[in-house]
Formats: sequence, structure tokens, C-alpha cells
Amino acid sequence: MPSYLFWLFSTIMLIGGGAVIAFRNPVSSAMAVVTCFVGLAGLFIGLSAFFVGVIQILVYTGAVMVLFLFIIMLLDLKDEEKAAKPLLPIASGIALFLVFTVQLIGVLSRTPDKTAPPLDPATLASAAAGFAPTSKIATTLGQGKLPDVHLIGHTLFTDYNMPLQVLGVLLLVATVGVVVLSKRQAD
Amino acid sequence: MDLIFQLAIIVTKIVLLTFVVVLPLVPLSVYFERRFSAVIQDRVGPNRVGIPLTLLGFKKDFHLFGLIQPVADGLKLFLKEDFTPDHVRKAFFWMAPALTVVPALITVCVIPFGSPLGIFGHTEKLVIADLDIGPLFIFSVASLSVYGITLAGWSSNSKFPFIGGVRSTAQMISYEIALGLSIIPVLMFYGDLNLSTIVQKQAENGWLLLPLWKNGQLGLPDINTVLFWFPAAIAFLIFTISIFAETNRMPFDLPECETELVGGYHTEYSSMKFAMFFMGEYAAMVIGSALIITLFLGGWSIGFGLDKYVTDLHIGDFYFGGLIHMGCFMTKLIAFILFFILVRWTVPRFRYDQLMKLGWVVFFEAALINVFLAALILAAPQLEKTIIGIGAVLLVIVTLAVIWVAKVSEENPKVLRA
Repeated sequence: MPSYLFWLFSTIMLIGGGAVIAFRNPVSSAMAVVTCFVGLAGLFIGLSAFFVGVIQILVYTGAVMVLFLFIIMLLDLKDEEKAAKPLLPIASGIALFLVFTVQLIGVLSRTPDKTAPPLDPATLASAAAGFAPTSKIATTLGQGKLPDVHLIGHTLFTDYNMPLQVLGVLLLVATVGVVVLSKRQAD
Repeated sequence: MDLIFQLAIIVTKIVLLTFVVVLPLVPLSVYFERRFSAVIQDRVGPNRVGIPLTLLGFKKDFHLFGLIQPVADGLKLFLKEDFTPDHVRKAFFWMAPALTVVPALITVCVIPFGSPLGIFGHTEKLVIADLDIGPLFIFSVASLSVYGITLAGWSSNSKFPFIGGVRSTAQMISYEIALGLSIIPVLMFYGDLNLSTIVQKQAENGWLLLPLWKNGQLGLPDINTVLFWFPAAIAFLIFTISIFAETNRMPFDLPECETELVGGYHTEYSSMKFAMFFMGEYAAMVIGSALIITLFLGGWSIGFGLDKYVTDLHIGDFYFGGLIHMGCFMTKLIAFILFFILVRWTVPRFRYDQLMKLGWVVFFEAALINVFLAALILAAPQLEKTIIGIGAVLLVIVTLAVIWVAKVSEENPKVLRA
């Protein structure tokens, strides 16, 4: 990823993140989160993780934040727009910021300064040896391209098959629960 | 030098494909809409605007079947007074129209318009960005266009637009699920997310809904392809109807339903800002049609095993088959746009609860069962007979259970109290 693109998308993200707390209007804040997510998706795509980047937009920007916006608009929040500077939230916010900074420094100082392997055809072709030679993944890797969707699918359905199934059941239970709760309210 | 050449090609492709090929289709489809609806209602429609030769002293105008009408419409919208009401939230009010048009035009970049063109030994694909995640990219960017309508409704700060915006949000989120689930069988069949590859496969092995040739040879399909035609057809049905809902086209245009909401989310808009919503809707329709054609109806391919001959056509070093394929794609695209228009003027508008029921109770379940059906058919050649039998029985049981649950919830509707 060219470094100027990294700086562009990081700046978009940071501006979005800062705007979330700077805006008084909840809808403006929600739109700032959307900006932040779009920047994040750009960073993912710049790291050749196309699938993750696109899913970031599809799920978080296109669905979750739309629902947030929907709820905020329906609640019609008026009190939040008044200028108020309560001391406790600000203090706790600064404390959290400091804790995370310390944690980040701790993680970064321990990580060995290792560069990631370059995504050149030779590296990709050697990675193809780990898969069945006629499979889609192996042929795409052999052509010097990164089949990130196929790789994620392969990993999910082989190494992490059990957690995936459990998550599926969890989601199903949550969906059924929502339906039950919303039906009960109608009585 | 090489970098500049690459950049020039990319810019040329963006300008040509987006602004010369797709964007003119938007006013053109408005013209088609007016003429076609006139034919359906036994009227004439706009047929006069042409080249005004009488101004230059000739005896008669040259009417061109009214094809200049879109230009006149556009000029009219530009010249109207752009009025911003006093009670709106200005920033979002200005942002919203752009947010509906821009995502629709960005999605153009992954649509393959034709087979590669070759000049002087250099081949160039007729697609702006040959991404390996084509349909997902279209879904994700198109899902951003919901912000335009929602913010338009909210920032107008009056009741009818707000209801329109809220309706649109709920509708788009609901149908995105059906949209995403319905194409899973298609993606399983191709095993690829690259739209160019998908179309190339269809050109060689038969369109998904017309598998009458294989490896360029005409002939009846084998039993597995015939069986897979059914999940493919169900997917096509769900996908097409969901695209209608996603683009707010007629049977599902609840966000701007005149009889209930005056004008819906764009009630407070005027002049070009209003026209931008119009453009966004038509651009989304064009892109939706293009995606349906690409996934189910062979994209740019002419079909019947003719494509490899067309690709080989050349004058000297210039392989121009791609242009013929592009013409084929545009023909299919315009035909599908006409189908969209035909549906708009034939089917009456749904009620809002019917729309939600269709999305959540019918399409969601049907798409989910369709995924299992397609998986069973695709895996059948590698499975034993007993496992196929068990799978089929389970599938029938699940289908019946879903239908039964839907029926039960229909029979005893509880009275809703707020």
C-alpha cells in the first residue's frame, strides 16, 4: 500500500473519530462514525484484505450504522444538543485514553520489528504448496494473486468450523429471542 | 512512461464507461419511461422535441421521435429556482442528494462491459476495476445510498419526508438480506466472485438461465445443470424483485408514495437537488439491471457458442470483438430497463406491511432454503445415494415447517397496541 494512501485514510479515520465526540447533534455524530468506518475500510483494502474491507462497509456502515441512525432519528434527542460539560464523563474519558495509550505502547514495544512478507509472485507461489494442487486457492496463488475470499472461507470452514457453527446457533437464538420479545409486547 | 500510459488508460476507461456509456442511460431511461408508459396507457407521449429547424427558416421541424426530450427536461430542472426552505438542517440537506447519486455511479467500476479489446498486441479489459469481490463491492457501496434518502428525510425537518426516510431505511435493510442470500447459490455455482470471470464462464458454458451449450458446443445440458436451473431460477426471481425494492422502483416505492406522503423524502427539494434524487434512482436501476444481466443472463456474451468467433474478429492488429460484445451488453441492458418500466406501469403499489412481510417472511426463508437446495444439487455427484436421500427429505421437512410457521403467524394476527 502506498504510504500516501495510508496517510489519507488514517487522516479520514482520525477526523471521523474526533468528530464523533466533537459534534453535539447525535445524527452528526453517527455520520462521523460512518466516515471513520469508511476510512477503516480503505485501510483494510490497502492491506490487500479486500474481503474484510468490503464487509466492513457492508455490515458496519451499510447495516449497523443505518440502524443506529434509524433509532437516533426515531428517539428525536433534544437534550443532547444542549452544550453541557459534565466533569465526570470527561475525566473518565481522559483516563480511558491514557490507559489505552499505555497499553498500545506496551504492545508496540514488545512486538519484534519484523516486516511482513511481500506479496510478490514468488512468495504466493510458495504458499500454494499448502493446498490441494488443483484447488482454486492453489491455482490463484500460482498466478501470483491473493485469493483472500477463498482463503478466509477455507480457514473458516476447516480450522474454525466448530466456532463458526456455534456462532451460527448463537445468532439463531438471538434472532428467535428478538422475535419472541417483540411478539410479547403486542399482548 | 509506462505509469503515465497506465494512468491514461484508467482515466479514459472511467470517463468513457461512466460518463459516456452509463450516465446518458439515465436521461434515456426517463425518456423510455415516458414513451413506454404512454404506449401502455394508449397515449402518445413526448414525441415533439427535436431539432427546431423552423427557427432557421425551414418548413418543418425534425422531431427525432422526441429523443431530445431528456435534454429539455434536464435544462428545465437546472433553470428552476433552487429553493432551500428555512426550517431544514442545511448541511445534511445539501449532502443528501449527492449521497444518493455518488454510490450508484461508483458501482459502475466493477461491471464488465465487454470482452477484452486488443490493439497492437495490447489487450485491455472493458471493466474499470477488475476486482475479485465484484458483487460484494456493489452491495456494499450501494448500501451507502440509503444514507442519502434517510438524511434527506431527516434534514427536511418536516413530517412526510421524515416518514419517507424512515420507511426507506427499514425497507432497504430488510431487502439487503434477501439480496445477499439469494445470490449465494449463484456464487457457489461459479466458485468465483470476479464478475469478468463469471461472464467468461457463462460465455463458454451457457448462461445461468439458458444452459444450452457447453465448451462452445450447442447441445442439451446434462442432468446436474438441468437440476441446478431451478435454484438458479428461484435466485433470479428473488434477486430481481429485491433489486426493485432496493432501488425504490414502483411496486415498492413506499418512501415516495404520493398518495400517503405527498412526495416522500424529497418533498422539500426543488430544482437540481430534486433531480439528483431522480438521477440516483435511475442510476441505481441501470446498475441493478446490469448486475442481474451479468450474474444470470450472460453479461456481454452473445451466447450459443458464438463468443469465441466474435472475440477472434480483427482487422489487422485491432481485435474489435469487445465492441460487439459491448453492443450486446447494452442491448440486454436496455431490454431489462424496459422490463423495469413495464413492471412499474403494470403492478400496483404494495402496502407497507405487505412489503415487509414479503421481505422477511417469504424472500428471506425462500432464499435460505434455496441455498441448501443448491448446495445439495452441486454436491450430489460426489455424495452417496443415501446421503442425498436424507438431504432431500430434510430439505422437504424444513420447507414444510417454514411454510407452516408462516401460515400460523398469518392466521392469528395479534392486535398491536402501542
